[in-house]
Amino acid sequence: MTSPDNEPEAMASSPDKSLSQPESGRPYYMQEIKPGKHRAGKTFWQTLREEFYADNSFTVTLAAIVLALFLGGVLMIIGDANVRAQWGYFFYQPLTTLEASWDLVSQAYTDMFKGSIVDPEVLRYWYWNLPMPSGNIPTWQTALRPLSETLTNAAPLVFTGLAVAIPFRAGLFNIGGQGQAIMGAIGGGTVGLALSLPAALHIPLAILAGALLGGFWGYVVGLLKAKTGAHEVIVTIMLNYIALYFLIWYIRQSFADEPTRSDLISKPAKETALFPKIFDDSLRVNLGIVLAILAAAGVAWMLKRGTFGFELRAVGYNPNAASTAGIKVGATLALTMALAGALAGLGGTTMVLGTAQNLTGEVVGQIGFNGILVALLGRVKPWGVVGAALLFGALQAGGAAMQTFSGISNELVTVIQAMIVIFVAAPLLVKAIFRLRRSPVAAAQAALAKG
Amino acid sequence: MTSAVITPELALPASFWTRERKTGAVLVALGLVASVWFTLASPSSPATFYLGTSTQSGANFEIDGKIGCLVFGLIALAAGAILLATGKHYGLLVSISLAAFVLSALIWQVSTVHGSVPLGSLSTITMEASLPLIFGALAGVMCERSGVVNVAIEGQLLTGAFFAALFGTIAGSYWAALGAAAIGGALISLILAWLAIRFLVDQVVIGIVLNTFALGLTGFFYEQVMRTDTEAYNNPGGLPHWTIPGLSKIPIVGPAIFSGTLLTYVALALVVVLTIALFRTRWGLRTRAVGEHPAAADTVGIKVLGLRYVNVLVAGLIAGFGGAYFSMVTATSFTKNITGGLGFIALAAMIFGRWNPVGAFLAAVFFGFAKALSSLLQALQSPIPSEFLAMLPYIATIFAVAGLVGRVRAPAADGKPYVKG
Repeated sequence: MTSPDNEPEAMASSPDKSLSQPESGRPYYMQEIKPGKHRAGKTFWQTLREEFYADNSFTVTLAAIVLALFLGGVLMIIGDANVRAQWGYFFYQPLTTLEASWDLVSQAYTDMFKGSIVDPEVLRYWYWNLPMPSGNIPTWQTALRPLSETLTNAAPLVFTGLAVAIPFRAGLFNIGGQGQAIMGAIGGGTVGLALSLPAALHIPLAILAGALLGGFWGYVVGLLKAKTGAHEVIVTIMLNYIALYFLIWYIRQSFADEPTRSDLISKPAKETALFPKIFDDSLRVNLGIVLAILAAAGVAWMLKRGTFGFELRAVGYNPNAASTAGIKVGATLALTMALAGALAGLGGTTMVLGTAQNLTGEVVGQIGFNGILVALLGRVKPWGVVGAALLFGALQAGGAAMQTFSGISNELVTVIQAMIVIFVAAPLLVKAIFRLRRSPVAAAQAALAKG
Repeated sequence: MTSAVITPELALPASFWTRERKTGAVLVALGLVASVWFTLASPSSPATFYLGTSTQSGANFEIDGKIGCLVFGLIALAAGAILLATGKHYGLLVSISLAAFVLSALIWQVSTVHGSVPLGSLSTITMEASLPLIFGALAGVMCERSGVVNVAIEGQLLTGAFFAALFGTIAGSYWAALGAAAIGGALISLILAWLAIRFLVDQVVIGIVLNTFALGLTGFFYEQVMRTDTEAYNNPGGLPHWTIPGLSKIPIVGPAIFSGTLLTYVALALVVVLTIALFRTRWGLRTRAVGEHPAAADTVGIKVLGLRYVNVLVAGLIAGFGGAYFSMVTATSFTKNITGGLGFIALAAMIFGRWNPVGAFLAAVFFGFAKALSSLLQALQSPIPSEFLAMLPYIATIFAVAGLVGRVRAPAADGKPYVKG
């Protein structure tokens, strides 16, 4: 197995050599640039318009999302017994069939929007202070609830996304976010339920414990990679399961086990360890999202300006050259994985102390695996990860609403998320489907980078 | 002649602590643990082993707890010591030592509770637990020998299980179920091959994403379609059990190998067929060439991409077929995430088996044995937590890839897309 490409954009390199040749036959940096105008005599707006319908990362991402939502709609139609039956009469009543399909899909996506961003109806009733059809006058909390859910879901995904993105830049593919998050949840959860401290001390200590335990779980991977060359993909997959079994065993131990429950659940974390809610106690959004944004900002700064970030990227581009330049490659790899593990551990801690409160077998959900998708969608850049995590958080919050109101299984969100990432990872496919032009700006940048 | 004095050994003194000797030292330590700790801890009450599947009747033998622990502990110790002293016969001595250690531990645990162990059942459970791993690992071997990393085994197994349940119920025949299962696995393979070979997407990335895709897709249709009408869509029934008369009466291994569903026989046959095909046929030679050095293979006229497509698709057929195990052997219906990560253990088995069909088979059986042992010890109410036994395959794999238990080497071109020119 190879390490992933170090160039984030180059998840797929172009097989078609002709694509990388500019139309005029000369590279962009050799073309004449007319004074006072943007490149090759185009105005700024012309460039922008052309750029929008070209294969830059923004358009490809947007196209991937549109494509995935479209296919998600197709799946809804196949999955609905009534509409599926209606398609049997397609040639008899084509309009009725299409209408039924449209109603199903548009209703589901409307519910998704209402559940993740804002419900315009609630907003209207709240603004005019009118009672809803149900009789209650909506409060500002009701209006903010969808956004709160989105942010709550996004917070751990930012952490696990960063935990994949940082090693990716160092040439490592960290599949172990799940295991690292589990260890983080154990660390944070244990401090939360076992110690009695004032909140000002309890929360930082729990966060530290989560980061340390997750970091240790990542460090093992980096160490094995550096010392023995063990492939990190395999080691992390295995450590995910070891962590899961450890969690299951751990919860059963007498100091953690909840004596009044027979199922696999620990005592709840103490009040003082729970992350404070940001807006209101009735809204779930908590300290986790603030920490996540701070972490993303820190990672962005580190990768761009920090010494360690420079070393990390140098190792990612070319370990031999980095070694020649005096960078300790092994230590950098181990530290990178420790940092990634610590971030994923924070994700797990956020799950326990932000929302769940108890340790259970599924306390971290799928955040580790979703973090991989988030990182790939965010093109392994810190702020890209934040954006992707917000999108995934919104999809999950919307999916829950869709399941409640339209009766369509939440699992659809998993499929949509996977499809978005498949399309983003295969830009050539998206380009072929939407017949996107070649991006002039990207071409110029590529030419400059090579030159 | 003065030049004759300088022997190669003198010119380049080899370090005493080779990998073999280090492993030998570890094994000696394990042997000491077994022959001292286990022996002292176990009572001198007997542990009874039945050869058949019943603990009530049939041939059996008893081993005194203390004596059994000591004997097998000393065997483990001796094998480790020989390895430490000579550094030769690595594979054989490691196997003997580890097997003796496990037996010593088993006798200790069984004699502590005055229990009896039906060895026939143990081997049957082992075989059944290793079945999906065998299919998955062989699918991995097929793919990776031709240079395409297959992390999507989990997705292929899951889709196979789903298709078996859905189409088996609709068609009302288990033959249709098995065929549909194979096609289901191949569909995931098709996406993998198409994106990895045609669009050059990173193979590990796409494999991981495909697992999530398969998990979501099967979960969605399970909730939307199967749950709404279980009778019509999720009632495939079990596969029939076929017992070969005579052979199935062989003590210990008979019930495991010669009594089971079609999947058991197909799995065993596949190991043989794939070994012969990979190392004795033209297709095998070409597959290995494409996996090791595609450019060289291309030079002599082998169609690299075509061969990779075929191999990835056939791998999908194999894994998907094995997926039927989940919805038609251990259960008689499909549930969400029914594979529960076994595809990843299959991946581990492939690596542990060094990308070799027989090795993958043995690794799968080893992992299956760990599972059987953990359920046995749980049934005996052993103090060893079953979770730690369940970790065993994963820990073993980490040791394997870290080069502590033999060196593993992937095909040279594994995971590298091939671009002509």
